[in-house]
Amino acid sequence: MIFLTKIRRTVSMAVRNLWLHKLRSFLSVLGIIIGTAAVISLMAFGEGSMQDALEDIKKQGLTNVIVTSVKPPEEATSQRRSFVANYGLTDDDHRRFVETLKNLVTATLPMRVFPAELRPVTDSRLYNGRVVGTTPRHAIVYKLEHMIAAGRFLTEQDEEPIPRNVCVIGSELAAELFPGEDPINKTIRISGKDRAFVVVGVLKDRMPNTSGAEIEKYNGDMYIPLKACRSLLGEISFIRATGARGAEKVQLSQVVLTVDDSGDTDTVRDRVRGVADIVRTQLSATHPKKDWDIRIPLDRLEEAERTRDRYRILLAFIAGISLLVGGIGIMNIMLATVTERTREIGIRRALGAKRSDITLQFLLEAVVQTTLGGVIGVLVGLSMVFLVPYVASQFNYRVPAAIHNWSIILAFSVAVAVGILFGWYPARRAACLDPIEALRHE
Amino acid sequence: MRVIARVENLTKHYFLEGEVVKALRGVTLSFEEGDFVALMGPSGSGKSTLLNLLGCLDRPTSGRYFLGNQDVSTMTDDQLSEIRSRYIGFIFQSYNLIQQYTVVENIEVPMLYQGKVDASTRRRCIRLAEMVGLGERLNHRPTQLSGGQQQRVAIARALVNDPHVILADEPTGNLDSKTSDEIMELLCTLNEAGKTIIMVTHENDIAAWARRVVRMRDGKVESDVRTAPLTSPGSTLASVMP
Repeated sequence: MIFLTKIRRTVSMAVRNLWLHKLRSFLSVLGIIIGTAAVISLMAFGEGSMQDALEDIKKQGLTNVIVTSVKPPEEATSQRRSFVANYGLTDDDHRRFVETLKNLVTATLPMRVFPAELRPVTDSRLYNGRVVGTTPRHAIVYKLEHMIAAGRFLTEQDEEPIPRNVCVIGSELAAELFPGEDPINKTIRISGKDRAFVVVGVLKDRMPNTSGAEIEKYNGDMYIPLKACRSLLGEISFIRATGARGAEKVQLSQVVLTVDDSGDTDTVRDRVRGVADIVRTQLSATHPKKDWDIRIPLDRLEEAERTRDRYRILLAFIAGISLLVGGIGIMNIMLATVTERTREIGIRRALGAKRSDITLQFLLEAVVQTTLGGVIGVLVGLSMVFLVPYVASQFNYRVPAAIHNWSIILAFSVAVAVGILFGWYPARRAACLDPIEALRHE
Repeated sequence: MRVIARVENLTKHYFLEGEVVKALRGVTLSFEEGDFVALMGPSGSGKSTLLNLLGCLDRPTSGRYFLGNQDVSTMTDDQLSEIRSRYIGFIFQSYNLIQQYTVVENIEVPMLYQGKVDASTRRRCIRLAEMVGLGERLNHRPTQLSGGQQQRVAIARALVNDPHVILADEPTGNLDSKTSDEIMELLCTLNEAGKTIIMVTHENDIAAWARRVVRMRDGKVESDVRTAPLTSPGSTLASVMP
């Protein structure tokens, strides 16, 4: 009770003293303000971009193992024997995966992807996009349930009994081929083929996938039933797109294996790794050439998380330095204050103040300063977090920001701690003054 | 009369630039309750050192000091702070008020360090301010007061903890003669009400207000003369001194 009264008195006294020297107090806490604001905003922007990256990876499905066909190096260089490059995953591979992994994998998604020139039947517009032959499972594996802007995704009826010539298209493709029109029920032709595909669905804008060797821009994709794709192309894909011309015999471009996600995180992680190992062993045994690759989004997630941790440590270090500088500013001012108020210290000691009372007084003054500085810094930091992405969006830049409650609490409590840490020495110096000397001080 | 403070063979040595300065060389004195003592002597005679020791601001090199019936000569720094806040009232030559505080808040400071701040303390501070004639200026700050008024605040502050002894260090040193007389009259009134006062001065006409004059020279008591008899405490201030 007495202690609380003392604290209350001392705090009100500290505030009064600070108000007495407004400019000086402001300048001395400027370091703390800048430091705190920097911590809050840097953390928000850092976390924001990291979260974007993590989301990106999560969208690929953390329980997925992605097996892709890769053109082996020798095929790419020596094309003497045949014009057609023959490599990659086969339907047999897919069948073997389904067979051996049926207890570990809940879904497999074979896909055939090739670049193509796409144009509306009625128009001369042209778009260099990608044709993706796939199955209705695509929507589940790539989590497209909420990404449909109009119409629907491919269904079982599009595959069986007779493959239909329908397609679902990405947002950019829709905008390029049918500007200002409703693309549903319009028809698209693939250059060099005599078949047209009716648009049954349009997807929303999707973030590109930057995790592979090449960036996958989903927004220019055209999804057609895998069976339709096969009957269209036969076994050979003729590549006719920007810069590339040639033919490839690739049965499947990619197989996505969705691993059973029951059980706790560690179990699922081990299962994903196990599936990847089995696939690797199997493909190594059946493919003489290394014409395949395995991507595990989970591995990339862990790598991204490690990157994030490193970034956080770096940030903490920068924050530490800026708050150290702020703390030195506070200490400097407090030392000057102690000298300036030596006589007051003498008076208080003569009237019965213990050393601990004097320590408390000056320590609280420092803490009040850094606390106020912390509060202002948090406000400045928060307004920057809201302002910078807004201003950037005016110039068509995207600055992702994510504020964590703990970053505010952290920045604020560090500011207070800096007050205690850097106020301690001046406060002790004040307390250890000889009362007689202090009273004589002019 | 009861002895309220007693020093026995008190010495105080300072170390100044490698040399020992013997400020007090064995002082033995006792002060009775209700006395008004003037400590006199040329500068360097040790009177200020003695006052600092009496005020528990410093510890003697040797000898003993009893305040009330406690031996304070060997107490720790914290214990001395406690003694100062409970049993001693200070009046300084340059008033030594805290500039940021109002009149009432200044009077309250010793109570703050006793840990007694409540509404009744505040009322007592206001009554003391009224008693020294500053009832109209309770919320003024020291810079808004004249020297005499500031010294009155200091006197009220010296009374707030109802001390055993009031120590005054040249209380009129910064004041003109008319104001000095007013301050001395106030101190006399307090003494008549039973307050024990020990005052350092080098002016004879100020010392003339006291009942006993102790002269010092070279760290020793030179003379000790009673100039007026000790009387039993009056009751003029009984209302403000619970």
